This record gives sequence, C-alpha cells and structure tokens, in this order.
Amino acid sequence: MMQSRARWMLLFASLGAVALSALGICVGSVGFENLLQPLLNPALDPERTAMAQQIVWEIRLPRTLGAWAAGALLGLAGAVAQGLFRNPLADPYLLGSASGAALGVALALAAMGGLAGMLGGSGGVGNMMNSGLLASVFSSNLWVRLGLTGAAFAGAVLGVLLTLALSSGVGHTLRLLLAGVVVGMVLGAMTQLVLLLSPDSLQAMQAFMLGSTAFAGWVSVGLMALVWSVCMAGAWLLARVLDGLSLGDATAQSLGLAVAPMRLALVAVLALATGTAVAQTGLIAFVGLAAPHLVRSVVKTRHGQLILLSSLVGGVLLMAADTLARWLIAPQELPVGVLTAVLGGGYLLWLMRRGPVKVGSAQ
Amino acid sequence: MVTLLFAAVLCSTAAQAVQVTDDRGVTVTLAAAPQRIVSILPSLTETVCELGHCARLVGVDRYSNYPASVLKLPQVGGGLDPNVESIVALRPDVVLMAKSARVGERLEALGIKVVALEPKTHADVQRVMLKIGELLEVTDAQRIWRAIDAGVSAAAQSIPANVRGTKVYFEVNQGPYAAGESSFIGETLTRLGAKNIVPAKLGPFPKLNPEYIVRANPDLIMIGQRSADGLQQRPGWQSIRALREQRLCVFPSEDANVLVRPGPRMAEGARLMAQCLVSKAPTLAASRAALPAPKP
Repeated sequence: MMQSRARWMLLFASLGAVALSALGICVGSVGFENLLQPLLNPALDPERTAMAQQIVWEIRLPRTLGAWAAGALLGLAGAVAQGLFRNPLADPYLLGSASGAALGVALALAAMGGLAGMLGGSGGVGNMMNSGLLASVFSSNLWVRLGLTGAAFAGAVLGVLLTLALSSGVGHTLRLLLAGVVVGMVLGAMTQLVLLLSPDSLQAMQAFMLGSTAFAGWVSVGLMALVWSVCMAGAWLLARVLDGLSLGDATAQSLGLAVAPMRLALVAVLALATGTAVAQTGLIAFVGLAAPHLVRSVVKTRHGQLILLSSLVGGVLLMAADTLARWLIAPQELPVGVLTAVLGGGYLLWLMRRGPVKVGSAQ
Repeated sequence: MVTLLFAAVLCSTAAQAVQVTDDRGVTVTLAAAPQRIVSILPSLTETVCELGHCARLVGVDRYSNYPASVLKLPQVGGGLDPNVESIVALRPDVVLMAKSARVGERLEALGIKVVALEPKTHADVQRVMLKIGELLEVTDAQRIWRAIDAGVSAAAQSIPANVRGTKVYFEVNQGPYAAGESSFIGETLTRLGAKNIVPAKLGPFPKLNPEYIVRANPDLIMIGQRSADGLQQRPGWQSIRALREQRLCVFPSEDANVLVRPGPRMAEGARLMAQCLVSKAPTLAASRAALPAPKP
C-alpha cells in the first residue's frame, strides 16, 4: 500500500515536471503563447519557428529546467536536514546554511568587484566594454558560476557548523532552532554589512536576495544537474543512517552505523545542495521546508524514498512558482522568492491548522 | 533722506517673511530667506547650487557629490537614514528633503523648518527649481530653468534625422529593472526622439522578464557601468541587435548620476544620451541594410 502510494507520487511528480516544462516553454514576456506549435511544425511559418527556437532554447528552457533543478536541490536539502536533525522545522534556511551561502556569494562578489576596480575600473565610456574581469552575480560564465558556487558551498558549511557548534549537537530541538535563527540573523547582518561596504555589488545582490531564475542559462542548469546527481547518490547511500537516526543515536550506533562520520557526510550533502542552489538562483525560501512535509502528508516511507520524492516535489514546486512569477504580471516579473515565501508560508499555516505537524518519518 | 528711505525699504525686504507650500501640501513660513541650509537629497543640493547659493549649504547627505564644493561639507547620513542629531547640531534655518524621507516629522518636532520636495519628472525639476528659488529669494530662477530646458532642446536638435526612432533599452539595474517612458530618463529619451522599448504603461522602473528585451530587440542599449558586466553572456542576449553590432553605451557612475538625478544637470544628461545616440545608433541606411536581421 505504502509502496504503491510512493510509486504514484513518483509518477505524479515526474509527469508534473514534464507538464510544467511544456507550460514553462509557453509562458514568457507576453504571458501565455503556444510556442510548441511552431516548434513542432517548422514548415508552417519558418520565421516564427526561428524566433520560437531561439526564445525557447536559449531562454525559457534553461530557465524552466533551472527552476526545477534549484527546487530539487532545495527539496533534497530540506529532507536531509529534517532527517538529520530529527526535526520537522529543519530547513536549509533555519539551519543557517542558506544565509551562510548568501554571505559567501556576497563576499566573493565584493572581492571580485574590488579586484576589477584595482585593475583599472576607470576610464572613458569607450573602454568600458572590455570589462571581462568584472563578475556579475547572474553571469553565465562557467568560471564565475563555479567560483560563486564554491563560495556559497563554503559559506553554507560554515553556517551549518556554526549552528551545530552553538547548539552543541542536534540532541536538543529548541536549542538547535534557536542557534539556527541566531546564526541566520548574524550571517544575514554580515551580508548586509559586506554590501554596505561594497556598494558596487549592492544592486545585483538585491535581486539575488529575492531569488531569481531570470538569467539561468545552460551553464547553471548543467552545474545544478551535476551537483544534484552527486547529492542524490550520496543521500541515497546515507539514507540508511537517517533511518537509524530516527530511532535515536543509541539505537543507530547499536545497529553498527558509524554515526559521527556519516553525519558529517550528510552535512556536506546538505551544504553542497543548498550552496549550489543559492549560488545560481539566490535566496528562495520555503521550498526546502514545504517539499518534505508535502511528501510526508501523502506517504510514510523510508528516508531514501522520502529524499527522492521531496527532491522531485521541490523541483515541481519551484517550477510552478517560477512559471507563475513570470506569468502573473507579464512582461514584468515577480521575484520568485517572494512568491515561494507567500505560497509556502500559506501552505505551512494550513498544515499547522489541519493538525499537529508530524515528526520524523521512518517508524 | 531718499537714500535712507531706500535703505529702510531694502532692510525691510531682506527681513520679510518667506512662505512656500511644499510637496506635502504644508505651507512653511520662514522669518527670512534661509542662510543655513541642510539638503538631504542630491538633486536638491544641486538645485540650491545652480541657483547660486551653494555657500548657504551647511550640511548634505552622503550621496550629494556635486558640485565638488559640497564634498567638504559635513555629511548627515543618507536621505533615508539621516542622522537627526547631526542635522540639529548644524542649526539649519531649513532642511530640504524628499517627500519620502521619514525624518521630516521628527525634525519639525524639534523645531526645525522642513521643506519636502519630490522631483521625479522634467516638469518637477522646473517646479522644484522655482520653489527653491522662491525660498531663497532668487529672482531669476525662471531664467535659469529656461537655460536648462534650452540645453535639453539643443541636445535634441543635435541628433540627425536618420537616427530618430532608434529603439533604445535603458537598464538601471541588473534585476533587470528598466527605465520606462514615464521615468525621468525616459522623458529625456523621448525628447531626444528615441523609441523606448518600455512603454509608459509598465511604470517608471519595471522589473522585466529578460526575454521581453530580447524580443523587443533594441538597436541600442544604455547601461550604467555597475550593471554592464556579463551583458553579452546573458542567455539569448547575443542575438539582440545592439549587442551583435556593439551598439552599447556604458556610463561610468559619475555620468550615471547625471542621468538618473532629476535636477539641474538634466541638460548635461540629455547631452550624454545624445552623444551616445549620435555615435552608436544605427542610421536609417544601416537599418535597411541590416534587414532582414541575420540569424545568430
């Protein structure tokens, strides 16, 4: 019974992703338009087909898939965090990893901006164009993307470790959450400080802090897909530990699991997934928190499946939010992070009113 | 005797009360034209100086940086986060600020006169200039305004007919936020005969879907130096005519200040944009040759 429910959910999440991709291809700066038709029948109107190909292939498809990948990474990170800390409120944002990642990105930008400034950021209007050294938070350059991802990863690890150190372990739920909130606030404040001190990166970071998939290109998509495969494989292999941990540390140890190193490995997976998503699309709240809850409200399953399903659901959620974000007031755009916060917050409130939030999962 | 009488008249006018109604609708009465002024909005700072009374400024906000002489003045924080204490310590006769600054009521409670003005459009620049002229008892404010306005018209005249109608995209921020037709920048562009790809109905500074810009395919892009990096690598942007043909004007931040501030340097801003149009815009002949657009 459980297994079949899980299978249905897997099917729904995959079908949902495909359907939303098709919809995402058709929603853009003019609202809804059927671009599939000119794509599939090139003979009908070659000029329109050429336009459709360019728009879809270079802009809408990478952006739609980018939204999926970022959502999948956040969903995965959320499920891992909730299992790892045996806490249904654990989420990349509550553990300080997202604020750490944002700080990493801000520092990297400030450092690169400063470097570019020293290398001759002044001159006439004419020679402003060869500014290859300047880095943009939304740049599509592979090295810039890798650099920002690395910085975000380091920041995310720092954030989680700080939270863990402050709460002296994961045993005490309240302490853990308090520590997460404190670390999130302090790192957020430090990000603001960095931005205040390097106003050149302020404008770009503003868009980044609200979350945006607007400039996601194939490089970002590839990077996120790669990291997603690595994280998914890692989480799948370590899911056994999470199942054991849900019975308590002592039981997990008595099952012969090397709890300490595996926990560290899980923290690494969590930080890598969060850092990569944040580095490409900025701060997008609530996806990581809502996806595992949504899965758990439908099926009770072991951590391996929970993580996979949460990841798929997270992808679908963000894809849907992103499609809405560019549809509602086209050709203008809502910041997708604002939309996920409103929708995700509403969903969680509804979940809370419906009954006590279910803790744990694998019993 | 006549001289004495004349002097008496002069004295009485000098000490006459000044009254202006600001953009909040509040009528502010000063015993005399203010001698100590604090301005916490760069465009108002520039307006005071343009009217010839830079010497009366005793403090400015941290973003006021023109003319250079104001850099020597004490700074009292930013327009949105001014330091009330340091403003009070300067004992100003009047504080000039934006309507949106929240510090007004606090200052008034402390007994300081506040004039709130909100320059956002070309028409506002004129209105604000005349208003501050009234406040400072500058009699030729109208003439100074006309000179500025004539400067904008001259910039428009400098543009050859075959460049008019150039499709322009002006990006103010990587969001991407654009300057629409209804913004201050947009008004200047319209006067220069350029075609803004962002219509007035989208508001002054809409956050656009980047795809909108790709589809509008502007002939020319104007952008501040801070946002310009990575423009070529944005997904799909290589096909935009402006980028394909390198028709890009990147304004260093000093020029960008001139362009975005609705103040007395608007003629200079119009000249900067006109220069850009003249040197970078495709001429009609080139446009015809470029049709149909080569596929990327």
